Amino acid sequence: MPDTEVSVPGGAQGQVPSLIEDSPTQDLRTEEMMVNMGPQHPSTHGVLRAVVTIDGERVVDVDSDVGYLHRCFEKISEKLTYQQIIPYTDRTDYLAGMTNELALVLTVEKALGLEVPRRAQFIRTVMSELQRIHSHLIWFGTFGLDLGATTPFLYAFRDRETISDLFEEVTGARMMYNYMRVGGVRNDITAPWVKRVRDFLKQFPAALREYDDLLTGNPILKARTRGVGKIDAQTAVAYGASGPVLRASGVPYDLRKHDPYLVYDEMDFDVAWASEGDVLARYQVRLEEIRQSIRILEQALEGLPEGEFLGKAPRIVKLPPGHYYGRVEGPRGEVGCYIVSDGDRKPYRLHWRAPSFVHLQLLPAMAKGHLMGDMVAIIGSIDIVMGEVDR
Amino acid sequence: MYFAEVSSLPLRLYQWTEQLFTNLGLPLWLLAILVATVKVALILGFILLNVLFLIWLERKLGGHIQNRLGPIYTGPFGLLQTLADALKVLVKEDIIPAAADRWVFMIAPLVAFVPAVMIWLVVPFAPGVQARDLNIGILYVAAMTSFSVPALLMAGWSSGNKWSLLGAFRAGAQLISYEVPLILATLAVVMLAGSLSLNDIIGAQQERAWFIVLQPLGFIVYLIAAIAELNRTPFDLPEAESELVAGFNTEYSGFRFAIFFLTEYASLLSSSAIAATLFLGGWSGPLLPPFVWFLLKTYVFVFIAMWIRFTLPRLRVDQLMNLSWKLLLPVALLNVLVTGVFVAL
Repeated sequence: MPDTEVSVPGGAQGQVPSLIEDSPTQDLRTEEMMVNMGPQHPSTHGVLRAVVTIDGERVVDVDSDVGYLHRCFEKISEKLTYQQIIPYTDRTDYLAGMTNELALVLTVEKALGLEVPRRAQFIRTVMSELQRIHSHLIWFGTFGLDLGATTPFLYAFRDRETISDLFEEVTGARMMYNYMRVGGVRNDITAPWVKRVRDFLKQFPAALREYDDLLTGNPILKARTRGVGKIDAQTAVAYGASGPVLRASGVPYDLRKHDPYLVYDEMDFDVAWASEGDVLARYQVRLEEIRQSIRILEQALEGLPEGEFLGKAPRIVKLPPGHYYGRVEGPRGEVGCYIVSDGDRKPYRLHWRAPSFVHLQLLPAMAKGHLMGDMVAIIGSIDIVMGEVDR
Repeated sequence: MYFAEVSSLPLRLYQWTEQLFTNLGLPLWLLAILVATVKVALILGFILLNVLFLIWLERKLGGHIQNRLGPIYTGPFGLLQTLADALKVLVKEDIIPAAADRWVFMIAPLVAFVPAVMIWLVVPFAPGVQARDLNIGILYVAAMTSFSVPALLMAGWSSGNKWSLLGAFRAGAQLISYEVPLILATLAVVMLAGSLSLNDIIGAQQERAWFIVLQPLGFIVYLIAAIAELNRTPFDLPEAESELVAGFNTEYSGFRFAIFFLTEYASLLSSSAIAATLFLGGWSGPLLPPFVWFLLKTYVFVFIAMWIRFTLPRLRVDQLMNLSWKLLLPVALLNVLVTGVFVAL
């Protein structure tokens, strides 16, 4: 089947390229149609409402309307002590609670100048990487669903289940962990648990090969994703993209390498990146990230030191007056926590940098000129979580 | 032989009734109506029973392909699940949206369903067991299949919903596009058999070989085009859930939705039965009774369609069109050409 390449330069304005240049229907008077995609739609990943202007099947314009899941997280935080905010962060990007909590406690620890025990740092690394795999598995499954393949979803959830169980054993929760603490983590990990993670890491590559057999090598998948939703490096940087979206556009920027936190600077891993900037590139980058996470996990479990899992930290956390920014590489991109403190136990202002929110702005630039079916693939490929977009 | 005994039973029953009618002095057209009614009832019963089983099979197969169990609670192996679902759907409220074009909206499911049943008029279940052996059998099947286009357009247009409309347009474009290679693939079979009648086609296969051997290319074209005609994955664009919510049947609920659902599976069954007749020799086969052969071969196609559904992602609109016009159509034409040369020699 010949590939129909439509190149839409990032943020292209005006003329929308047409696939059928010399069709007899060109003389027909046609009208554009405006459809509401969401907030209740099977593939808007929650409550995204995209007002899509379409000409037949071709997307002329997309306007995303957010706010359906707004819960005043930032405002509520101003009324809470820093420890009390931790469980709230779980609920921003609810598919990656661990990294969100980490962003908050790292910022607080940075402001306090607190030293965190080495064992706690390793545990945090393990949890972060497990969370990354956990989150990417959901993305893989739902991305398959968006493209109309129902089976990958169940395969991915089968393996995600194992990680959920692992989280549950340590934290008592499968999604809303409330696990990170200022100065360490809430519970220690045990030797049997470590063995279970090792077992999982041993059998998981076989599952990854299964995914490849099922979806990656599929010619329909390639035809659906190659050249679709292209974003070049300049546009990606200009929009403030991060994480897999940025790396798939040819910018191998990863906070774990470029602004190392925890013990990532001791780990040997590669930054997964691609230069095409299309949906397929984002797909491949995420799958590769899962493989790199396995590498990091193996090393982190190998080097896990003995010691304290929760260091000495003040019971009443008061940050010195000033501005603080901490960031981690979440599964979706840079999760940033910006705190303005006036010296109280509560933040004067807390701002959350949510990668999904930033990436959602790229949607019009990616989707214009493509077909309705591509639109769904594009939304799937930027992997938005509406809980994080609206906060 | 036992089978012969059984298969001559309908004939003897008919002769007995005819005798009764003449003895009682009743007009023979009454008899004709009675016979037709019985045939329709039998065919409807066959379809409904099979659809009940098909839906269960699809869920069970899907379950096992996807590392699940599928239905297990309702009845043995969950066999009664479809019955429970049907009951639930039938007692649901029949909602007609305020924006809908009432009458068109209401009759669209019937326009879809009736032709899907009418196809069975010419399907040969076993030697002599066929509602009517039309001499234009396969042409009739193609004509009845085409009826789904206006039905889906009616459903999509009348719903007063943009998603439904988009789904209907997709369906229209897709069905018309794939009808061409589908009919060309059948044409090659007709050329080999030298007849449009389905019985003659089976006869020709008994003489030579199954047409899947003589027509491998035509078979593949037919298979792909038939799956596209049925709106099944990877060609399920008219009801692509992730794109168009539910396509043309977004606004349908209750028993109207059930009728669309029923139509879908009835069409799957009839397409499979036609494919079995055209390429696998229909009811002919050794040892087992013809009807069993017919069912077995039909279910081979059903299985392939379900297998594909749970394995592949969906094509995009333009790729769908390209596949039909740029690949299947030339291949089908080439097949017709080669077959023509073969027949002429």
